[in-house]
Amino acid sequence: MTTMAPDAGTQDDAAYEARFNAAVAAEERIEPRDWMPDAYRASLVRQIAQHAHSEIIGMQPEANWITRAPSLRRKAILMAKVQDEAGHGLYLYSAAETLGTSRDELLDRLHAGRQKYSSIFNYPTLTWADVGAIGWLVDGAAITNQVPLCRCSYGPYARAMVRICKEESFHQRQGYELLLALSKGTEAQHAMAQDAVNRWWWPSLMMFGPPDDESAHSAQSMAWRIKRHSNDELRQRFVDICVPQAESLGLTLPDPDLTWDEERGHYAFGPIDWDEFREVLRGNGPCNEQRINQRRTAHEEGAWVREAATAYAAKQAERSRHGYRAPQDQQQGDTQEEDIA
Amino acid sequence: MNPAPASAALALGDDALVLSHRLGEWAGHAPVLEEELALANIALDLLGQARVLLSLVGDEDELAYLREERAFRNLQLVEQPRGDFAHTIARQLYFSSYQRLLYEELAQGDTAIAELASKAVKEVDYHRDHAEHWTLRLGDGTAESHQRMQQALDALWRYTGEAFEPIEGLAVDWATLRARWTDRITTVLRQATLTLPNGPQSGAWAAGGGRQGVHTEPFGRMLAEMQHLHRSHPGATW
Ligand SMILES: [Fe+2]
Ligand SMILES: [Fe+2]
Repeated sequence: MTTMAPDAGTQDDAAYEARFNAAVAAEERIEPRDWMPDAYRASLVRQIAQHAHSEIIGMQPEANWITRAPSLRRKAILMAKVQDEAGHGLYLYSAAETLGTSRDELLDRLHAGRQKYSSIFNYPTLTWADVGAIGWLVDGAAITNQVPLCRCSYGPYARAMVRICKEESFHQRQGYELLLALSKGTEAQHAMAQDAVNRWWWPSLMMFGPPDDESAHSAQSMAWRIKRHSNDELRQRFVDICVPQAESLGLTLPDPDLTWDEERGHYAFGPIDWDEFREVLRGNGPCNEQRINQRRTAHEEGAWVREAATAYAAKQAERSRHGYRAPQDQQQGDTQEEDIA
Repeated sequence: MNPAPASAALALGDDALVLSHRLGEWAGHAPVLEEELALANIALDLLGQARVLLSLVGDEDELAYLREERAFRNLQLVEQPRGDFAHTIARQLYFSSYQRLLYEELAQGDTAIAELASKAVKEVDYHRDHAEHWTLRLGDGTAESHQRMQQALDALWRYTGEAFEPIEGLAVDWATLRARWTDRITTVLRQATLTLPNGPQSGAWAAGGGRQGVHTEPFGRMLAEMQHLHRSHPGATW
């Protein structure tokens, strides 16, 4: 879409809005310089920021096991995965920046508790098997949520999601494979895997958000083609994928009501504890405070590093403006082996 | 191709293994998102190198997880706690400059170590570049960053001398290596408005013993954490 925003005046807003709606309906991509309703922009910033925050807070529960990974191969996989999540955070903060909100601003909102991240990361990783359960279930749920976002109406977000989804499927596979090794391993390893799945199953189902009739932002997001499927639809899709996978893993899912519903062609599952969901969302999960504190501490302890980088860049810019060489460089003159600046 | 000398593969492999572990401790704690990526990248490169080198000696996991502290042959430099970002950058500067020069020489040989070194030298080139750029930013950044960087350089300097003790089985001119390393570091520090610390290169006391299996107190704790899970499940596969 190429409808540019008018330089002055709002008399054409109605016309722009009509053009915007038509473009969205025609499945065209909205690009950063296109006109868009303020509410659309705000809604996207909110969603992309929350997504970006989830990527970087999500590094913590898994990073918790990097220094204890039980084999060098697993350690390399886990480090690479946690690094990918940092990369996802970068892509997403960049996507949010195209809407006029900087990464610094969004981080401030996160640190001040004014923006959220996915509640799933407020659960602790108690054993090594939790790394597998997170990959299989949490990354698995993320993929189910995110694949439709690759067709989101906002171009930069959709494109970020294409890159992210490719990596998420590697994350899901490594988690599944990790659990399989445990499940087929010693008795203690099998028990560790089962325990992790028991703890992560229900929180994973909550990742799709509240039931459709209670979801605050869903209808408008669907109309704007940001969202494509309802929370309950996606949750059902996820359950249908996981049940046979759990069987192949030789693990059970902690839901006695889980049965194949012939009529609907889907698995029926038991009631979700939405009270728990709301409590964790309100900040009362096992790790809410710990996660946000670690984030704030890293940010605060890194302030002097960021300030140094800014100060150095400013000095360099000043020097190149004046064709100035630092006195240290002049002393060395041409004997300097390589210019490292 | 000639067989690689086991003692040398172990020394170099342990350096890479232990430093990778220490860098891995930054995950989720870095000062800026770009550094989460950069430090993880370097840690992953080093872990990759460690796995190749240790596999020349035996089973990589047995060597990493089942050896006692006194059997590790890494430099004491790489086992030090990560400290603040300046300490990590000072360590990276010292180590990657050493590793870059050493691997460049080792790449000339015809052993399996040479093969690894010739591949790794490109990675290490990036590690050194990363460290040198941050040394400039911190040294020539703010008063606080300058002071922190100088402190870190001073604190870790004592662990650098050990790097130039000959490693059995490697045909390297260690005195020349040390001279080239000192030149390089001197140049970078001068450009960063920092001062070359006093220490082993100027005749002061130097720590050492890592190559003989004598380590510092934090190392035992690091190994306890690293090896605990593996050792808790004897014979298990992961
Ligand atoms: Fe991700
Ligand atoms: Fe992921």
